[in-house]
Amino acid sequence: MEVPILKQGSYLIATIQSDLSDTDLRDLRDALVQRVGKLRSRGVIIDLTSLDMLDSFATRTLRDTAHMIRLRGAETVIVGMQPEVAFTMVQLGLSLEGVSTALDLEEGLGYLNQRFGGPRRGA
Amino acid sequence: MSTEGISVNAEVRVQIRSDLDILNARQQGRRLATELGFSLTEATFIVTAISELARNIVMYAKTGEVLLTSVNDRSRCGIIVVAKDQGPGIADIRLAMQSGFSTSGSLGLGLPGTKRLMDEFEVSSKIGQGTTVVVKKWRS
Repeated sequence: MEVPILKQGSYLIATIQSDLSDTDLRDLRDALVQRVGKLRSRGVIIDLTSLDMLDSFATRTLRDTAHMIRLRGAETVIVGMQPEVAFTMVQLGLSLEGVSTALDLEEGLGYLNQRFGGPRRGA
Repeated sequence: MSTEGISVNAEVRVQIRSDLDILNARQQGRRLATELGFSLTEATFIVTAISELARNIVMYAKTGEVLLTSVNDRSRCGIIVVAKDQGPGIADIRLAMQSGFSTSGSLGLGLPGTKRLMDEFEVSSKIGQGTTVVVKKWRS
């Protein structure tokens, strides 16, 4: 199951729409890291609104994704985490330390716009 | 763990061999937990625990199975998850129960975390023979 990645100006928006297998998560990580370079994106938003579970593997992979993207000069914002997913993460003692988060897509874009002074046109 | 006085309602056996099987086990778990009337948070805990245990099987034993059973006691109802494999076994269970997730991302078996998600937790393992983890969650 491929996660759709949309380009919005100099940002990429990946919307996770269902429960993902480990392979899907790794593919998403690789696709985002590739595309950040190819499209010269400055920000990446990973939308977890439709995700109903985040286990240790998924958390680690998301964290690694954000770190890899940062090494390529872009910033990742994870948005839309559901309350029960956040609760589970805390129970498991997991953290997304070092990764920016925002409540939803709108807040995530607002944060990136603030950081980069608005989306670059014609990138 | 005694099984006296427990009536078994539904049983789902999921063979675990690949990451797609982990996904399947989660989905079966979600369905069963929802049918049992667990809250969204409780169901999420259960599904996450299933995912952790199933992944351990894929990572360390290559194959195994996850058995999901719904239970109806005289005074309570809930779910029992048995994750079983014939893998290498856990060398030091006490150590495995101490090591948790760390922010540096070291793996470990995630057993302490899984234990925190559920109400009951039991692990038995024999080197060279395999590992069985049994976790249970009861409706509040």
